Amino acid sequence: MAKIKGTIVVDKERCKGCGVCVASCPCDVLSLSSEVNGKGYPAAQMAVPDACTGCASCAVICPDSCITVYRQKFE
Amino acid sequence: MAEVEIKQENLVYAKPRLITDNVMHYCPGCSHGTVHKLIAEVIDELGLAERTVGVSPVGCSVFAYNYIDIDWMEAAHGRALAVATAVKRLKPETLVFTYQGDGDLSAIGTAESIHAAARGENVVAIYINNAIYGMTGGQMAPTTLLGMKTATTPYGRDPRLNGYPYKIAEMMAHLDGATYITRQSVHKPANVRKCKAAIKKAFQRSMEGKGFSLVEVVSTCNSGWKLSPVASNEWLEQNMLPFYPLGDIKEVK
Ligand SMILES: Cc1ncc(C[n+]2csc(CCOP(=O)(O)OP(=O)(O)O)c2C)c(N)n1
Ligand code: SF4
Ligand code: SF4
Ligand code: SF4
Ligand SMILES: [Mg+2]
Repeated sequence: MAKIKGTIVVDKERCKGCGVCVASCPCDVLSLSSEVNGKGYPAAQMAVPDACTGCASCAVICPDSCITVYRQKFE
Repeated sequence: MAEVEIKQENLVYAKPRLITDNVMHYCPGCSHGTVHKLIAEVIDELGLAERTVGVSPVGCSVFAYNYIDIDWMEAAHGRALAVATAVKRLKPETLVFTYQGDGDLSAIGTAESIHAAARGENVVAIYINNAIYGMTGGQMAPTTLLGMKTATTPYGRDPRLNGYPYKIAEMMAHLDGATYITRQSVHKPANVRKCKAAIKKAFQRSMEGKGFSLVEVVSTCNSGWKLSPVASNEWLEQNMLPFYPLGDIKEVK
């Protein structure tokens, strides 16, 4: 069966760790890192990467345009 | 299962081309950044990047010109729609919009705003209503909700002392020159998408000479509200939306 899978790339240095992407992911993929970036913010990361569908909800709501989304169909 | 390949043909979303690499000075999670992104996307989709003038306000978004790569003018506090009127009349082929907070558009700039709408200027006002003066430290604005705590209403806004909040969008809807008035939000992904469609419609109508448009965006100011960004989005839904309901208020076809 064909399956759609997604993945995201977070611009870690641009991220401000606000967490609105984490709260907006319908698949509970995201969390904030336990490490901080150069500005002291805990960047968003994929905690459960396999659950990502590439819906882009996280990227659409990110105020700082930190998230790039990719999506691929597997047969 | 195989991993998703990071390559152009799989790309579904990236930072809009017209959003600069400058890191925005906004507090983490502030609605201003999300709305900037929508404006940048819409201008690019309409092919108007070289033919747009934005007018930035006084307020937290005073530096909007550092973040969206188009031409800008900076207006004195509250006077953005007067400046926009001049730009549009001198260069009618240009898309002209203002980007203003609630303190800017509906407190100090009330007169300029109302009269630009009444005259039916072919400009768009993007109105970021976070019910507070964010930039100056979270003082009460005319838009502050009854009971809401701010730096100048520490016990909550009391109408006997502080008066009642007002809705400039509904007021403008009574004016013949104002032909598209809508209220949106960016606190959830679905609302962000709807807000983008509203901004696009307003920009298109303006280029078609259909009159004045106001796109109000019910927004958060998590620093002023003293809540986390995620809690602010929830507070917005529970407290702002009952008083500032979402949707189109007026559209003259
Ligand atoms: C003539 C004048 N009066 C007052 C101020 C102080 N001031 C700067 S920003 C601001 C309010 C901004 O609030 P708003 O428009 O809601 O923008 P926000 O920061 O909330 O996005 C005020 C009163 C000023 N800069 N100039
Ligand atoms: S929404 Fe953007 S800035 Fe906020 S935590 Fe997620 S990636 Fe970082
Ligand atoms: S693309 Fe969708 S599923 Fe994937 S992390 Fe973002 S919000 Fe979650
Ligand atoms: S003070 Fe409020 S409006 Fe200003 S950047 Fe911070 S959260 Fe945004
Ligand atoms: Mg404000």
